[in-house]
Amino acid sequence: MKAIVTVMLKTGVLDPQGKAIGHALGTLGFSGIGEVRAGKVIEIELAETDAAKAQAAAEEMSRKLLANTVIESFKVEIA
Amino acid sequence: MAFRAGIVLFPGTNRERDIAIALAAANGGREPVIIWHKDTTLPPLDLVVLPGGFSHGDYLRCGAMAAQSPVMRAVRDFASAGGHVLGVCNGFQILTEAGLLPGALLRNAGLRFLAQDHHIRVESTDTIYSRGYVQGQSIRVILAHGDGNYAADEETLDRLEGEGRVVFRYSRRDGTVAPDANPNGSARAIAGICSENRRVLGLMPHPEDAVEALIGGEDGKPMFAGLAEALAA
Repeated sequence: MKAIVTVMLKTGVLDPQGKAIGHALGTLGFSGIGEVRAGKVIEIELAETDAAKAQAAAEEMSRKLLANTVIESFKVEIA
Repeated sequence: MAFRAGIVLFPGTNRERDIAIALAAANGGREPVIIWHKDTTLPPLDLVVLPGGFSHGDYLRCGAMAAQSPVMRAVRDFASAGGHVLGVCNGFQILTEAGLLPGALLRNAGLRFLAQDHHIRVESTDTIYSRGYVQGQSIRVILAHGDGNYAADEETLDRLEGEGRVVFRYSRRDGTVAPDANPNGSARAIAGICSENRRVLGLMPHPEDAVEALIGGEDGKPMFAGLAEALAA
């Protein structure tokens, strides 16, 4: 199975990268750009075949390493 | 009496010589020992330093990989047994990632890597690292970081302030703290904090690069003189 972990800065944490991307989009002529937030996606191949167990494992990985929960939130999808 | 200092080296660390020179100069020429990140035990030490650099290429988050290194288990044990640990720049990032200090260091608010001199105000002299200064004194140190924007929730910030654990704050030359003197957007202009027992200190600026008049200043010297005096006693 594959775990797809999306890590984003928590709401309320300043995201200067997102701000810069939003600004650049405006410069390129795209209109109607609201708030832009940047994060990262981490894909992990897992030997596990049970979706619930894969989900639990990926969540533990996220808490321990992939996300810094002081400033980031994460979401796990199993595919 | 000399003190025993150890410097932890991670792949990508690049300020270990700077800190070694500053420590040796304050310690009668005694060179600190270098500890490799794969080591699982520490020799008998009075001080462990996590120096600046770009450990593991800053992959994932600055300090995230280093915080999981085998040596960090030993550093954590050393700290919980009351050992003194100093983290400078990337070392500060590693200490927060390892949970030895609260909060996190985010990308600089201006998105630019900062390589410049800056002033910081000494907010507390109640650590071995800051006892060589006068409370409220402004000192000129060197910034060299892309991720120095200190962040923590309001409750944590209030606790740090209440317990006098904000040790250094970005300031103007005259010591005033102002938005225009906060180079990276750090919450409450925090440049350095200490642990509850005041023995673990993390700061973003480089005092070890301000120990020689020839290369731009000596304001970092009292940090090393002060800790030498405390640790050798």
